[in-house]
Amino acid sequence: MAAYDYEDGPSGYDESSGSHRNSSSASAPQSTAGQDLGYNPSFVPDSVKFFVVHLYRHIREKNVYEIHQMYETSFQTLSERLFKDTPWPSVDAVASYVDNDHVFCLLYREMWFRHLYARLTPTLKQRIDSWDNYISLFQVVLHGVVNMQLPNQWLWDMVDEFVYQFQSFCQYRAKMKNKTEQEISLLRQFDQAWNVYGVLNFLQALVEKSMIIQILEREKEGLEQFTSTDGYDYNGGSNVLKVLGYFSMVGLLRVHCLLGDYHTGLKRLLPIDISQQGVYTIVIGSHITAIYHYGFANLMLRRYTDAIREFNKILLYIYKYKQLFQKSPQYEQILKKNEQMYALLAICLSLCPQVKLVEETVNSQLREKYGEKMIRMQRYDDEAFAIYDELFSYACPKFITPSAPSFEEPLVNYNQDAYRLQLKLFLYEVKQQQLLSGVRTFLKVYSTISLGKLASYMEVDEPTLRTILMTYKHKTHAVDSDGKITSNADVDFYIDDDMIYVVESKPAKKYGDYFLRQIVKLEGVINDMDRVKLE
Amino acid sequence: MGRDRDVAPVPQQQVAQMVEQLLAVNPYNPEILSELENYVNEQVSSQTYSLDANLCLLRLYQFEPERMSTQIVARILVKALMAMPAPDFSLCLFLIPERVQMEEQFKTLIVLSHYLETGRFCQFWDEAAKSRHIVEVVPGFEQAIQAYAIHVLSLTYQKIPRSVLAEAINIEGLTLDKFLEQHVANSGWILEKGHGRGQLIVLPRNVFNHPELKKNSADDIPLEHVTRIFPILG
Repeated sequence: MAAYDYEDGPSGYDESSGSHRNSSSASAPQSTAGQDLGYNPSFVPDSVKFFVVHLYRHIREKNVYEIHQMYETSFQTLSERLFKDTPWPSVDAVASYVDNDHVFCLLYREMWFRHLYARLTPTLKQRIDSWDNYISLFQVVLHGVVNMQLPNQWLWDMVDEFVYQFQSFCQYRAKMKNKTEQEISLLRQFDQAWNVYGVLNFLQALVEKSMIIQILEREKEGLEQFTSTDGYDYNGGSNVLKVLGYFSMVGLLRVHCLLGDYHTGLKRLLPIDISQQGVYTIVIGSHITAIYHYGFANLMLRRYTDAIREFNKILLYIYKYKQLFQKSPQYEQILKKNEQMYALLAICLSLCPQVKLVEETVNSQLREKYGEKMIRMQRYDDEAFAIYDELFSYACPKFITPSAPSFEEPLVNYNQDAYRLQLKLFLYEVKQQQLLSGVRTFLKVYSTISLGKLASYMEVDEPTLRTILMTYKHKTHAVDSDGKITSNADVDFYIDDDMIYVVESKPAKKYGDYFLRQIVKLEGVINDMDRVKLE
Repeated sequence: MGRDRDVAPVPQQQVAQMVEQLLAVNPYNPEILSELENYVNEQVSSQTYSLDANLCLLRLYQFEPERMSTQIVARILVKALMAMPAPDFSLCLFLIPERVQMEEQFKTLIVLSHYLETGRFCQFWDEAAKSRHIVEVVPGFEQAIQAYAIHVLSLTYQKIPRSVLAEAINIEGLTLDKFLEQHVANSGWILEKGHGRGQLIVLPRNVFNHPELKKNSADDIPLEHVTRIFPILG
C-alpha cells in the first residue's frame, strides 16, 4: 500500500504545488471527501462485502499470506475500480459483515482514512477523526489484547501513515491565512489532535511496551528470534506489537528529522543495526525511509562519509531491484526518494569528495543526473551557492513547526518557517566550506609546498591561509556521538613550521581478501585436478 | 582526541542522575521543563555538560515557544560552543526558531561560532572580549575554547611557530611561557628553536598530524570471511 509520503511536486516548497492535498480555499474547505455527489457511505457493493468478509476470516485464521495478498493487491484493485475519487464505504456499513469486531473495524478505518488521504483532500474533521482512530488502535495494541499476525508491510504502513498524517496536519495548520472561523474553532477545541507530544509518546510507548530494544539485544546473544523469523511469531503469539514497536524506531527517526533534531533521531534508530539486513530491509518503504533519514541526519551533522556509504548501498539496491517493485503502489514513491537521495549524494560528494566510496553503477548514474551541477558546485560563487540551495530544497524532508499557532489576528502562515531555518543553516555551513575545494585542488598537485607560496597562489595572506587550512582540517574531521574523531579527508596534509606536506590517501589494497579468494580458487583447481584420471 | 562529556563531579551527581533518569523514563514529557532548566544552570556552575538533556529542553521550547527562557537558551549555546569540535552548536540552532536567533545576544554567539568553525581565532578572541557579559557567565569558557584551538592545531601542525599558537589561544609573554611549561610537563609538547626567528613547538604525534601512524584498517579481515576457508584449512 502506498506510503503517499510527500504531497508536493519536485519544486519542493512551492506553495502552489501540492495544493491537491492541502488546499484550504476559503470558499469551500469542507466540500471535499465524504460529500461528493453520488457517494453513499452506507452502500456496500458485493465485492466489498466479499473483501471484508474474507479479510476478516484470514485475520482470524492468522493466514498471513492471504492477508498480505488481500491487503496489497485486492484493496488496490478495488480502490482503483470502485473508489477512485470517493472514499470506501463507511465502517458502520461494513461492521455487520465482520461480527462488529472492534479491532477489525479500527483496522478498516485506518485503511479507509489512508485511502482518503491518498486520493482526496481530508477535511479538518476527518483529520481529527483519523487521529482518534489511531489512538484507539494503538491503545488496543499497547494493552496487549491483540492476538493477530499482520504482514510487515501493513504494520510499516501504519507507522508510516501515522507520521505522514502528523506532518500533513502540521503543514495544514500552519497555513493560517485562509482558515475559516469554523476551522479555527475546531482547531481550538481539538487541540490534542495530532499534538506533537501525543505523536512522540505513542511511538515511544510502542517501542517501550514491545520491548523491541531488549529483544534485539537478546537476539544478538542468541536468546531470542526476531530478525531470523522476519518478525513473525510462529509460536502462536502475535507479531503486531513487536513489529509496530520496531518500525516505530524508524518512525521516531523521521519525526525527529522533520523537527530538525538530527542527533535525537539517530539515537532512536541506534538499536537497529543498519550495517546489516534486518526486518527494516524486508519492506522497501521502511528500508528507504530509514536510510534516507539516516543519511540526511548525518549530512547535517557533517558526517559525510557515513551518509555517502549508506546512500551508495541503497541506491545500488534500488538500481538492481527496482523492477521488482514496478507493480507496487509504492513505485512512484520509490523513484522519487531515489532521485532525492541522488541529490543528497551529490551534495555530500561536493563537500567531501570521497568518490571511492561509491560503486561504479551509482557513480555513473550520479554523473548522468548531476555531473554538470557537481562541477559547478566546486566553484566559489553565487551560482554554486544557488545549486546547493536547489538540491537541498528538492531533497530535504518536509520540515514542520510542531507548535500550535497563535489564534490572535492577524493570522499568518508559518508553514515554511521550519524549512527556511534548516535551509539557511545548511547554506551557512556550505559558505564556511566554500574555500576548501580551492585548497583541495592545490593540495592534489603538490607533495610539499611552503605556506608563502600557496598563499600567493590562492591570493590570500599567510595568516588567512593558516585559518583556511585549519578550517579544512576541522571540517574534514567528523565527530561521532561518543566524541570520537575520524578523518573524512580525501587529501590530507600536515604543517611543519611553514611547510605543508601533502598526504594523499591511497585506496588501500585489500591483501587479506585477495589471499582468501586465491586460497579458495587454488583449492578449486586442486579439486578439479584430483578428479582428472590420468590414463 | 576524545572529549570528556557528562562527567559530573561528586556533589552534583545527584542532580545529574535525577535528570538523566527523568529523560530515560520519558524523553517527551512537558512536565520536566523546569528540572531541565535547573540542570542547565547546574551544568554551568559545576562545569559539566549534557547535550542530550539540553537538546531535550530545546525540544520542549520548540513545542511550546511561550515557555522559552532566552537566558537559558543563551547558556545552552555557550555550553555548546565549549563542546567544539563537536557539532553541538549547530544541533542547538536547528531547534531554535529564526526570530529568536535574531536577538542580539544570539547573533553574537553565531558570529563567535562562525569564527571558531573557520579557524579564525584572532577575530574570535576580539569578539569574545567585546561580549564578556554573554560568555563570562559560564565558567571555564576560555579554557574550553583554548582546548578546541589546541585540538585543531594538533590536527594541522607537527611543529607550530610560537606566535601562531599564541594567537590561537590568546595567551602571550610570561603567561604563555608558563602555559608551555605545563604542556611540556604534562602533554608531551617539545620546545625547539626555530631557524632564526623564535620558538617552534612540537605538538604530540597523532594519526592526524602524522598520517603514517594510521593503521591500515582496510586490511582487517572479518571472521565471517575467514570462515569461508575453514573447510579447506580443516
